[in-house]
Amino acid sequence: MFRDISFGQYYPTNSLVHKLDARVKLLLTILFVVVIFFIKSYFGFMLTAFVLIVIILTARLPIISVLKSIRGILFIIIFTSLINLFFVKQGEILWHWKIFTITKVGVHTTIKMVLRLVLLISGASLLSLTTTPVQLADGVESIMAPLKLIKFPVRDVAMIMSIALRFIPTLFEETNKIIAAQKARGASFDTGGFFARAKAMMPVLIPLFVNSFRRADELAFAMDARCYNATDKRTKMKKARIGFGDIVALLFMLSFATVILLDRYYFAGVGITIDYWIFGDLL
Amino acid sequence: MSAIELKDLTYIYSKKTPFEKRALDDINLSVEEGTFLGIIGETGSGKSTLIQHLNGLIKVQNKKVSSVVVNGLSATEKKTLKQLRFEVGIVFQYPEYQLFEDTVKKDVAYGPKNMKLPQEEIDARVRRALEVVGLNYDEFAERSPFELSGGEKRRVAIAGVIAMQPKILVLDEPVAGLDPVGRSEILALIKQLQKDVSPTIIMVSHNMDDIAMLADRIIAMYDGKIELDGTPSEVFCNREKIKEIGLDLPLATRLRDKLVEKGINLPDGIVTPAQLEASLAAIKNGTAKDEVGGGDNV
Ligand SMILES: Nc1ncnc2c1ncn2[C@@H]1O[C@H](COP(=O)(O)OP(=O)(O)OP(=O)(O)O)[C@@H](O)[C@H]1O
Ligand SMILES: [Mg+2]
Repeated sequence: MFRDISFGQYYPTNSLVHKLDARVKLLLTILFVVVIFFIKSYFGFMLTAFVLIVIILTARLPIISVLKSIRGILFIIIFTSLINLFFVKQGEILWHWKIFTITKVGVHTTIKMVLRLVLLISGASLLSLTTTPVQLADGVESIMAPLKLIKFPVRDVAMIMSIALRFIPTLFEETNKIIAAQKARGASFDTGGFFARAKAMMPVLIPLFVNSFRRADELAFAMDARCYNATDKRTKMKKARIGFGDIVALLFMLSFATVILLDRYYFAGVGITIDYWIFGDLL
Repeated sequence: MSAIELKDLTYIYSKKTPFEKRALDDINLSVEEGTFLGIIGETGSGKSTLIQHLNGLIKVQNKKVSSVVVNGLSATEKKTLKQLRFEVGIVFQYPEYQLFEDTVKKDVAYGPKNMKLPQEEIDARVRRALEVVGLNYDEFAERSPFELSGGEKRRVAIAGVIAMQPKILVLDEPVAGLDPVGRSEILALIKQLQKDVSPTIIMVSHNMDDIAMLADRIIAMYDGKIELDGTPSEVFCNREKIKEIGLDLPLATRLRDKLVEKGINLPDGIVTPAQLEASLAAIKNGTAKDEVGGGDNV
């Protein structure tokens, strides 16, 4: 079903990480992402990278599948790092030409920003690599459950989400098919300027939209025919339970977060001292 | 010169992932010009993967080992890729889902336009293609393809490909999802196309009766390999193999087998209703003659 999609798609290996409860994984991912913004020292980055590698190894994912998710935002990374590099104007000047100045602080800000982005995306992609879309949608529903008190349509939103997630691979497959069909009629999508290319995409986008509406219609009929009613209380075929592994994962991530936060606020400087100890004059 | 030459063609999807799938496994195939080639094989046997190699939509994975040559053009050659695309017209499964223009005329003109033909030539080809697929130009040209019936949409989509006048026409299950009348009309149309537009035709189908009736030669695929290759009679005489690779015999062949079981002596190699009818007629005449001659057959 999932074909050649290269961004954070589900990668089945039946590992311990895959078996964790989706809710726990979701919360831990959020924790991980937030913590990344609190990292101050290179020591912190190394620790985070280490944690990430431990998770990847436990999940038995090939590193390349994680790195692939970075490819999608490579452009953003390069762009922002160039801006950072040339326009941070603090500290010792290393190089200067016309309006461009590179300073030592600029270099470090840039390196840290790249590290932050890479760790962030890799960490977030671990969630989708190890959790099926359905589990993910169920997890979201379960986490949002308290919102039912304020009459928020949690079930509907969860259903919309799982349908959307379910159809991503279908849409990809469909897009590929349409591209193939139009190419067979001599279309070329990789020549010409920006506008020429955008225009060349129309023969793909129009059928894609038309087909999506048709499919949405069919799906609605099919759901109706099976008496789907979003307001009724639905039960789950697979009930998620918090297990031993989830508690271990929770403790592991909490201690990681604690170290990073302590490094930043309490022992302000321990990490930095280690940095000096390792990198010396480079800082 | 043969129209199509495939050598040691292997193709693996999602290489080096848990989804890895060997869709083509060392395929060797050569197709003479003017052949109507039928491709049969169960779901997932690699038929679509094979045909998409013919116009370079799927790139040859291992250029050192495999080669795809169509009408003298190599599919691995970047420079002639466009030319190859116009040489081989592919009508995909459910082609009507790829219509996009606001009028039938414009949609059919998309291919010829990409060929950079002069406007008069494009107009002439669109008119001809629509007439060939049995749609009246004046009636349909200005209508939106989205408001046509399923069968009409399919015809428009086929017209969109034949307007490029490809020398080789490839059709992936052209009659899937059509009603019986629509089916037989499209099949008749395809036979006609071979005479009028594209001398070499390749048709993928899950319907053994259609294939038996139309094809000069059939290849049966299984798990990325060509398991059977020959005339319809040759291929469908191999009953064991056909069963083994998850396929069925044409209705006429099954009927013939049943009749043989009942003691009617019919020759082997019957694959179409017409052949069955002819054989039965021959027997009847033979019997009649025998009766006249006072023989003891009953
Ligand atoms: N884009 C893709 N990514 C990964 N695997 C694919 C892809 N396309 C096809 N496959 C797999 O390759 C195999 C051959 O597929 P192919 O589409 O060529 O089969 P087919 O003979 O045309 O089947 P059908 O009769 O259902 O159309 C199948 O097992 C299929 O799952
Ligand atoms: Mg197919």
